[in-house]
Amino acid sequence: MNLQNVIDALNLTPLTEPKDFARIEVTEGYTSDLLSCVMAGAPHGGVWVTLQAHTNIIAVAALLDLNAVIISEDAQPEPATIERANDEGITLLATPMKSFEVVGRLWELGLRSN
Amino acid sequence: MDQSARPKGKIVTDQAAGNITRSEELAYELKIAEVMSTTMYLMSVDMSMDDVLKIFRQAHISGAPVVDHGKLVGIVSIEDTIRCLMANDMQAPVSEYMTHNVIGIQSREPVIEALKTFVNIKVGRLPVLDDDGNLVGILTKGDITRGLLKALQHDYQAEEVIRYRASHLFEDIESDRTSLILRYNISPRDFTHGGSASANIKRALLRLGAPPQIARRTGIAVYEAEINLIIHTTNGGVIRVEIEPQKITIDAYDDGPGIADVEQALRPGFSTATNEVRELGFGAGMGLVNISRCVDNMKLESAVGVGTRLKMKIFLQTEEAFREANPAGKETK
Repeated sequence: MNLQNVIDALNLTPLTEPKDFARIEVTEGYTSDLLSCVMAGAPHGGVWVTLQAHTNIIAVAALLDLNAVIISEDAQPEPATIERANDEGITLLATPMKSFEVVGRLWELGLRSN
Repeated sequence: MDQSARPKGKIVTDQAAGNITRSEELAYELKIAEVMSTTMYLMSVDMSMDDVLKIFRQAHISGAPVVDHGKLVGIVSIEDTIRCLMANDMQAPVSEYMTHNVIGIQSREPVIEALKTFVNIKVGRLPVLDDDGNLVGILTKGDITRGLLKALQHDYQAEEVIRYRASHLFEDIESDRTSLILRYNISPRDFTHGGSASANIKRALLRLGAPPQIARRTGIAVYEAEINLIIHTTNGGVIRVEIEPQKITIDAYDDGPGIADVEQALRPGFSTATNEVRELGFGAGMGLVNISRCVDNMKLESAVGVGTRLKMKIFLQTEEAFREANPAGKETK
């Protein structure tokens, strides 16, 4: 499964600069809105589903080398957050779906928890 | 076509743009004297065209400057010899077939000037003159390409050297104990910069050649310590990271308010964070738990009204290597 497949299947909107998403392999995911839990539980190279949209999610995603952050319920990050994500090479994807639904769809696609 | 439907390779494009900019820059930085050929075949003005053609064929060149007592008087090219051959006039002197009003270029000019000249007048080579008008070299577009590539290669090597130096820092410096100390001042409630110190430390470790796993563990531990300083301290605090070949020592300290019950603070899920902070996703009560997972050794000391000090250690060597370096009885783990 690559990130392009995920974006297409869930109809996600990339908020950061486009990349060659088809070349980014994703196999694992994690969800929580508590940053310390993400720090403890998210697999590196994984996809993180959250409705947090503030700048600190980038710091967390960068430290864990996450491939993408899916921001649920149409939560809008500030332009500064998107800029920082671009600087760190983190992909931000937006969706109006609730975290619960996003995770369910990701599971159906074959993504698993580590 | 298909090209437009494909996701844009933006990174590559930026990188390419970056390279273009650098070679453009180089065209301004490099002097013609640095890229020109100084070994050249000089034709003397009274040579026959037949002799010129012989030299061209032997030396595999397609043009050469013509001099009269060391001064440049013209340029003769393979086209001139063709004209001469067609006229069946190979015994004629060079002066009859060469280009007379030669455009020369100054050796101390930047390469960009030569590029402009090549664009404006369609010639294959430019004679290069010094300040006194003496012929000192010859310049073709090929010389410019070679010169630019060489300069870019030099840049690349310089970057490699920097990387190599960073990763060999500890091997290159001899002392009984070498360490690198990084300090970061953390301001209270500065959530905007939360994670900057940890990101910088992670980057520094990678640059120093630490294994990615170690860099990530250190990054996570420092992140949690950093966020704690932002959330809880009265006046902020300091993160001090000491990097040594065998271990990383992280010290996060502040001057208040201090923790009343240290054991309670270490319990998973316990947090004193305000609702406002929790809404940002902090205050899960997992920070110290995460730190203990990432470091090999941690110690939390605190006194109310005085401050808190969190000491953490991460060992860079494998456990076996670590034991070897620390004979029995001196084990700290």
